Amino acid sequence: MGLIQETDHGTPPSGSAGMVSLTIDGMAVMVPEGTSIMRAAMEAGVTVPKLCATDSLAAFGSCRLCLVEIEGRSGTPASCTTPVAAGMAVATQSERLKQLRRGVMELYISDHPLDCLTCAANGDCELQDMAGAVGLREVRYGDEGANHLGQQKDTSNPYFTFDPAKCIVCSRCVRACEEVQGTFALTIEGRGFASKVAAGMDEDFLASECVSCGACVQACPTATLIENSVIEIGQPEHAVVTTCAYCGVGCSFKAEMRGGELVRMVPYKDGRANHGHSCVKGRFAFGYATHRDRITRPMLRARTTGPWREVSWEEALGHVAREFARLQKTHGRDSIGAITSSRCTNEETYLIQKLVRSGFGNNNVDTCARVCHSPTGYGLGAAYGTSAGTQDFDSVEQCDVMLVIGANPTDAHPVFASRMKRRLREGARLIVIDPRRIDLVHTPHVSADFHLALRPGTNVAVLTALAHVIVTEGLVDENYVRTQCDWDGFQAWADFVAEQRHSPEAVASLAGIDAGLIRDAARLYATGGNAAIYYGLGVTEHSQGTTTVMAIANLAMATGNLGRPGVGVNPLRGQNNVQGACDMGSFPHEYPGYRHVSDSATREIFERMWHVALPTEPGLRIPNMLDAAADGTFKGLYIEGEDIVQSDPDTAHVAAGLAAMECVVVQDLFLNETADYAHVFLPGSTFLEKDGTFTNAERRINRVRRVMPPRSGMADWEITQALARAMGLDWTYTHPAQIMAEVAATTPAFAGVSYELLDRVGSVQWPCNEAAPTGTPVMHVGHIARGKGRFAITDYVPSEERTGQRFPLLLTTGRILSQYNVGAQTRRTENLRWHEEDRLEIHPNDAEMRGVREGDWVRVQSRAGATSLRAHITDRVAPGVVYTTFHHPETQANVVTTDQSDWATNCPEYKVTAVQVSPTNGPTDWQRRYRAHSAASRHVAAAPAAE
Amino acid sequence: MPRASPRLRGSMSPDKLVMMANQISRFFASQPGGQAARQVADHILRFWEPRMRAAMLVHFAAGGVGLDPVAREAVALLDHHDPAADLHTRPAAPSG
Repeated sequence: MGLIQETDHGTPPSGSAGMVSLTIDGMAVMVPEGTSIMRAAMEAGVTVPKLCATDSLAAFGSCRLCLVEIEGRSGTPASCTTPVAAGMAVATQSERLKQLRRGVMELYISDHPLDCLTCAANGDCELQDMAGAVGLREVRYGDEGANHLGQQKDTSNPYFTFDPAKCIVCSRCVRACEEVQGTFALTIEGRGFASKVAAGMDEDFLASECVSCGACVQACPTATLIENSVIEIGQPEHAVVTTCAYCGVGCSFKAEMRGGELVRMVPYKDGRANHGHSCVKGRFAFGYATHRDRITRPMLRARTTGPWREVSWEEALGHVAREFARLQKTHGRDSIGAITSSRCTNEETYLIQKLVRSGFGNNNVDTCARVCHSPTGYGLGAAYGTSAGTQDFDSVEQCDVMLVIGANPTDAHPVFASRMKRRLREGARLIVIDPRRIDLVHTPHVSADFHLALRPGTNVAVLTALAHVIVTEGLVDENYVRTQCDWDGFQAWADFVAEQRHSPEAVASLAGIDAGLIRDAARLYATGGNAAIYYGLGVTEHSQGTTTVMAIANLAMATGNLGRPGVGVNPLRGQNNVQGACDMGSFPHEYPGYRHVSDSATREIFERMWHVALPTEPGLRIPNMLDAAADGTFKGLYIEGEDIVQSDPDTAHVAAGLAAMECVVVQDLFLNETADYAHVFLPGSTFLEKDGTFTNAERRINRVRRVMPPRSGMADWEITQALARAMGLDWTYTHPAQIMAEVAATTPAFAGVSYELLDRVGSVQWPCNEAAPTGTPVMHVGHIARGKGRFAITDYVPSEERTGQRFPLLLTTGRILSQYNVGAQTRRTENLRWHEEDRLEIHPNDAEMRGVREGDWVRVQSRAGATSLRAHITDRVAPGVVYTTFHHPETQANVVTTDQSDWATNCPEYKVTAVQVSPTNGPTDWQRRYRAHSAASRHVAAAPAAE
Repeated sequence: MPRASPRLRGSMSPDKLVMMANQISRFFASQPGGQAARQVADHILRFWEPRMRAAMLVHFAAGGVGLDPVAREAVALLDHHDPAADLHTRPAAPSG
């Protein structure tokens, strides 16, 4: 096993259908029209020397190393910027070219440190390679003249170093920041000899608007921009392709290793979700995997206030098996359950629901999708017949109008956001519907055509108003609706949305937006060409989350924006495997493949496979489990990879529910907040320590590959299997491939999925079966999966959570780029440098009325509870709205959120909480008590001395 | 340990179950077809664990205070539900 070297063709592919024939060094070559000579040569097996060219960036033509001669043309044009032409005869090597290239290289090297042996890039340096390629043997210019050798390094960024002394000013970093990432944080400052790469307004990298995506580091052909881990460890010697464990984009990475040590994560060019791009989390924030807080031995304790005691796996698992048996004997079969996580692999989730159904004998299994995208499953299932997004990410390249609602892609899905921004810079139009002025509204060279800064909780009213305009102004794609949708249902819906009470003018004051904006946005969505809707948790986490998803589905059907590239409905999933967790049957009412537990035909499939009679009634959802615990009928819980005390709403209620249980088992990397209430801790494994698959937001099933052994000795799927065996189940899996084979054998949409296929083709999007052996990038092509698309009436029902004199502001919560979910991983990395605490965003007017200044401590009080944090005054939020993140347990934003939830799925209403904000001088009573409890409950007893 | 929430509720709390049933009813009551009570009952059968349904039936038997008319009609249908009947024989309900 060695490093994985992707071929760099120098310039991007042309994409043209027309072909051109030419000769390169006498060889006949045929390539698409518009291809550069450099790329054509590479495809013919001829490598033209280059420095400023790389195929992730548009040709630039600055380094003058890739010169070629073309028969019949004068001069020596750059092969990167010169397109092929029919009949062209190109020579890539001649005496003149050799002299020119050597001269160019000699000048580069004359102002470059000759410290190759001690340079961190030694062995991975394109400048070094090109010096060899052009046969440079001497540098005639000494270093007495003006040079750049003494310049100071910029070490401000925790993950990479910028050494300007080694810079050849090829602009690859600047162009990567612009073209790939879309941040435009870098520039070439000065002219001629004074030219230099500068971040922001010539600040250090950390202080600039750089988002640390790593694109510049990856693009740099020298050691000018290089990972600190490579400086510290050295060059990697082998690599394994795997999938990022952060957000729902599901980027493919090369985990580049030296022995068993991870040197760096490099985005994989052939990864179909990310095409070689990355963000600060996936690229750099992997230090948690080896953090000192990792727990690597199983632990037990009798009381949650007592110290933990390290025990053997056998003792821990035996204890859980006995306790669960005792609880079921005492309190009934339904007194225990399990929670799986969107951070788990598909195979782990499949095993947990199998353990619950075939081992516990009930359906008490749920997943954290309950608190994020469960309304997506219900809403899209009702409208289209499949509980998933309709497109692949590549579809954005053919999109003319993006409608982004309740999503903040630049923070939560940054790699896909870069692709959105690229398409927007190419001319696509943008509608943003969000209470906050998210970065996408105004970002370099991108401005939203319309930002509908609606009042939190009014999504349904605004989407129905958009539909009103589309219907009443005759913008419906009637042909699509007549052929693809239930016509009677459409007519009832059209009559409903056409009512005057749904007009923009009627909705404007309720939503706090100008009626004209709503009308213009609706017209653009309906008439602007291929229109796609991208949405996130700002849609789902409401009491009408499901209705909002249905309203979105209605818009796409009414305008015929479904069933082809460039359009569709695209839920941006929060965590890496939200889609997969739902697919794998982790909801309490359905088996893998979204089949209800009461469906006897499906049940029989699993009964035959598992050799056990299965329960027919739905189990408890997460909030119901906690409620039942409070009632005294739910006593035992196995939680893998989830931290419900921090992530779920109404923290005090969650904590009380857990405290009422007799056996709480937490399987995780760290003693998280939920482990404060646990009796058993099972040490889990990181994504680097196990095999499996994740399914991203575009239904893409991607391989997770083990690059190092599990620190606890067992991968998570092995722990679940060991627990099942301790409970008397005869499970004998030896590799997750066997688990996926079982999924394929029982679940029609996965019938064609196997590790062999994934290893062969890279990844596939479900459905993958006999009808679609290599997967389905775009769904509902030709016809909607359920037969005829179903329009739902989307009557607006105001949230019960309303502002008043006591609680006059609306709190909405979300994420930030550098942190991930509850922060268990990212808080244990240098990402803390960007976000060391949660802050409350408050509008200047609201702050002034309360005497709150920037950085002041404020108390946020709701009906559920109160917390304190520091204020950030900004007009990014509208008057009357405040916003915070939930990444830090010290803040615990969810102490404030309430138990209001979606009508269909009980997805919590995180996005609407009525609060009051007031100045304070310290933590709340809850925070003080919680800190004391947390400190007391994490004590690990010293191991007894060896005899 | 921090004190339990003063608002600690159990899943069998009638207030909470009534609120959930009414929320479901408001959605289905707005749909065309005149099948709202049946659809609400189906939804509850599909997604509510038996303990929750049993608690709702107890509350219903005691007068069903707080239930809106459609929810009340739906709970009456639950009262006559045959637990052995396959739900999937009726029009499919989606996941969630």
